[in-house]
Order: sequence, then structure tokens, then C-alpha cells
Amino acid sequence: MTFTSASFLLFAALTVLLYFTVPRRGQWWVLLVASYVFYLFAGVEYLAFLLYATVVSYVVARLMQARADAEDAFVEANRDRLEKSERKAFRAKEKKKRFFILVGGLVAGFGMLAVLKYTGFAAGIVCAAWTGMGNEPFEIPDLLLPLGISFYTFQAMGYLIDVYRKNARAERNFFRFALFISYFPQLIQGPISRFEALSEQLFATHAWDATRVRSGLARVLWGFFKKLVVADTAMIAVKTLVTGSDTYTGAYVFLLILLYSAQIYGDFTGGIDVTIGLSEILGIRVAENFNRPFSSKSTKEYWRRWHITMGTWFTDYVFYPLSVCSPMQRFSKFSRAKLGNAIGKRLPVYVATVATWFLTGLWHGAGWNFIVWGLLNCLVILVSQELTPLYDRFHAKFPRLVASGAYGVFQMARTFLLMGLIRSLDCYRDVGKTFSLWFSMLTDWNLPQLLTGGWRTLGLTGAEWCMLGLAILLVFAVSLAGKKRPVREWLSTRPVTFTLCACGLILLILLFGAYGIGYDASQFIYNQF
Amino acid sequence: MERLIEILKDLHPEVDFSAATDLIGDGILDSLDIVTLITEINSTFDVSIPPEEIIPENFASAEAIYALILRLDEE
Repeated sequence: MTFTSASFLLFAALTVLLYFTVPRRGQWWVLLVASYVFYLFAGVEYLAFLLYATVVSYVVARLMQARADAEDAFVEANRDRLEKSERKAFRAKEKKKRFFILVGGLVAGFGMLAVLKYTGFAAGIVCAAWTGMGNEPFEIPDLLLPLGISFYTFQAMGYLIDVYRKNARAERNFFRFALFISYFPQLIQGPISRFEALSEQLFATHAWDATRVRSGLARVLWGFFKKLVVADTAMIAVKTLVTGSDTYTGAYVFLLILLYSAQIYGDFTGGIDVTIGLSEILGIRVAENFNRPFSSKSTKEYWRRWHITMGTWFTDYVFYPLSVCSPMQRFSKFSRAKLGNAIGKRLPVYVATVATWFLTGLWHGAGWNFIVWGLLNCLVILVSQELTPLYDRFHAKFPRLVASGAYGVFQMARTFLLMGLIRSLDCYRDVGKTFSLWFSMLTDWNLPQLLTGGWRTLGLTGAEWCMLGLAILLVFAVSLAGKKRPVREWLSTRPVTFTLCACGLILLILLFGAYGIGYDASQFIYNQF
Repeated sequence: MERLIEILKDLHPEVDFSAATDLIGDGILDSLDIVTLITEINSTFDVSIPPEEIIPENFASAEAIYALILRLDEE
């Protein structure tokens, strides 16, 4: 049941109706039942994995909380009797015990994800080495990958780390906790929420508010437009370019970079708009996952604006702990002593950065293309970091140029194209082939062929190309106009304009969206992670 | 406090750290800066900043960072 299917619209409408009909204390029960029904539609066989992640994280968190409470009670009761150093030693000992419980929970949670998602990939590597030694190949297992498992596992594991760090208290009520993990609008493609932020919203009571509902509906509608008109139309040409990549080289690769950027932006941000809009209707605030990413002037900035909740997850739970752990601090001292202060102090940070990006790549998928994608992002960030003094000198030498709008546009275009280039690994999948296709942009001068008719062979008619171009321009214009104040907010002060815009959007979706009887709107890209 | 300001100045000479109040929100300190800063603080002040203390409030200003160092030393 994808967000853009008619069955989902009916399901969401029924849920909203029930949610505002039942006594308010029972609203979260409606969400819990709706979430499990939603997941059941994905497949009964998936349910066991969701329950497993829920039960494991619930039990492990409760165990850690019990120890933390006992620790606090002991320290409080013996505050006068214990010396400061004794209190510190006791807390350190208790923290270590909680750490072992946490490790157990992480192994159980990530273990399931690793087995389901990476067994085939790992077996493929072993099989290649095995056959390389002259042996017969063996069968690679093709395991079931439950919908959204990467998202809900990460949300559950983040919760465990927060409880371990005492940044969150473990939830006592199992069913409430089950809702935190399974809340259906964000279950299969995020955002990855924090317990402290989301639980408050989920368990509060919410009254019907026509203004809020209208605003939420507008955001859902905008998400549908981005997904059905932009992403699903661009996808047709992207698919053609990828399946025919032996002939579609040179300028066509550049076109794929542009089109896939539009597709993934429309697909992912459109899906998140539906999640946030639907939550808004219910009175629940969900974390924003995007902040106009294509206006970024550097890769670092881009990753602060794109898939924000995943980025902060990796920063808070992987990058920081890895960077400041005792072995890394010792490595820092060692590298400073051996390599000097300048290089020595950067080296441990860079090691942690590489490890984090390697894991980020792996999170996106079990394949070399995803790993290379992660490492290339890392490479760009580290090279930019190393070149900072050079940039600073350039900026100091040409202050007027740097202050000009044109330079800002150049920086945005550079970042957009660089990110698009690396992202194309997502499409072609084969790393070697992707590199050779990148190289073909320098060698195959087939732009005239593309412009004089080649574009007609990519599965879209002239009218569809025009419509796609205009839709992208509209998305760009709305994003630009919303820089200071979201367009929805501005529109809400003008009821007639608001209604006209909403009707116009519905009309555009119905006329131009890849939608309708007999057409199955394509799966959201991030649902598959 | 002077030593902390010196460490911060090493990272970003162009910033007036005695006046800045939102180092994270204003994008002055990014994650790479924070880790470099923590490494420096750990070795200079003989404290250990654990990952759970790496939250925006603790790194919002030079005063907040200094308060964190004092608190960790006290605990």
C-alpha cells in the first residue's frame, strides 16, 4: 500500500475519522492499530520482524533503566557516606554494566538487519573468491527484506543508545512503545525520530483543528505532486537511460544526472511531505528531513540539509562515539607525537569520518556501489576540508567576486552536479560501468544527437518533457519562495488563493500525474532501504 | 577560560568567541570542529567528554563549553 495508492487514501481517511471520533485518551490506540494494519498490508510475513525489533528494544531498554534507577537511588542514599572519587568509581562501574546490556541489544537488533540485508552480499563476495580459486559456485541465499526495516531498526537502536546515555527514560507501557516504533506515516521511509521528541506528540491528545487539517492536507497534496508528476515522470526516462546505458553515453549520462536528481528529490521529499502532512492533520509534529538541499554551497552543507534525521543519527551514534572513544583519543595522542600537531590532530577525526561514511553507504544498500557512494562523499568532504586554507586565501584575494550572487550560484551548481554525479552510482549499480560512463562525458560528444531527436527515444513524449520541465520549475519556485516563510503559511492567510492553488494542484496531478486506473504508481525509492 | 578561548581561536581565528552565543546554530562549529575541540579539551583540562554530552546546548558558546568542563571535572 504505497502512499499514492487509492487504498492508502481510503485507509488514511478512515484512520483520521476514527482518530477524531474516539475519546481522546484512546487516540494513540487508533494509531497503534492503524500502524499494524498498514504494515500487515505490506505482508503478514514482515510482521514478525517488526515485533522482534519492538520486543528486543523494549526489554533491553527496561533492563538498562532498572539498573540506572538503582544506581541513582544508591548514590542519592549514600551521598554523605561516599567520597567524590567513590561515587565516580561506582557510577563508572554501573555504566559499564549498562553498556554490556546495550551491546546485547545492539547485536540483537542490528544482527537481524545484518542477516536479512547483507547475507546475500557477503555470500556473493565469498562465492566470487571461492570460484576464483577454481571451485564450483554455490547458490547465493535470497532472503526476505521486510519493508522499512532499516528505518525502524535504526529508530529502535537510537532509542536504546539514548536510554543507555540517560538522554531518554525507557517507556514502561509496551503498547505505547510499540506505537513509537511502528507509527505508520513514518514507518517505511522515516524520518528517523527520537523517542523524547516523538513520544510526547504521539501520546498527547489532539483536537480537530480545521486550519491545521487544511495545512496538513495541502502538504500531502504537494507531496503527491512531487511524487506523481515530477518523480514518476522523470523515472520513465531514467529507466530508459539506465537499461540502455551501453548506447546512452556522453551527454545522456549528464542528462541522467539531472533527471535522477529530480526523481529522487520528488520521490523522497514528496514521501516525507505526505508523512509530515498526514501527521499534521493528526496534530503530530514529525521532524523535518529536508531543508532545501539543492541550495547547498558545499557537500558538508548538503548533508546538513538532505535526509537530516539519518545524518544526525550517524553523527550522534557513530561519528561522535567513535571520535571521542578512549582508543581514538590514544590514537590522537600517538599520531600527534609521531606526525606533528597539524596532521596528528586531524587524522583520528578523518578515520572516524571514513568509518561513518562507509557505514552510511552500507545502510543505503548491500552493494559495492553504495559503499563507493559513501566513500566518495567522504572523499569530497575531506578534500574540501584540506583545501579550506586555499579557499580562504582565494576568498580573501577576491572579496567582491565571492560576495557576488553569481559566485553563490556557481557554488550551488557545483555542489548539485557533484552530488548528482556520485548519486548516479545508485542508478547504474555497477561501479566500473559507472566510472566508464562518467568518463564518456569527456569523450563522447553526442550532445547534438541528444538535442536533435535523441530525447524522443527516452520514453517521454514532447508534451511530457514540457510538463516535466514546468513541474520542476514550479517545485524550484516554491522552494525559493519558501526561503523566508513556507508558501503554505503565506497561502493560509489568503483563503481564496489557497483554495484555487489546491484545486490547481489536484487538477495537475490528475492530468499529468503517473496515476489512474490500470496504472500502478511506482514504489517510493526509500521504501526499499 | 583563556586557554579554552585560545583553543577555539586555533579552530576559527575569525570568530569572536567571547561574544558568540550560538556556535552550533550559526554553523560556526561543525562536527569535525567539535571532535577536534574535544580532543584538545581532553588533553588540556584532563577531563573526558563522553558522547552523551555532545549536544548543542553544551557547545553553544565558550561559556557553555567551559561550564561543561567544570561540571565534568566536579562529577
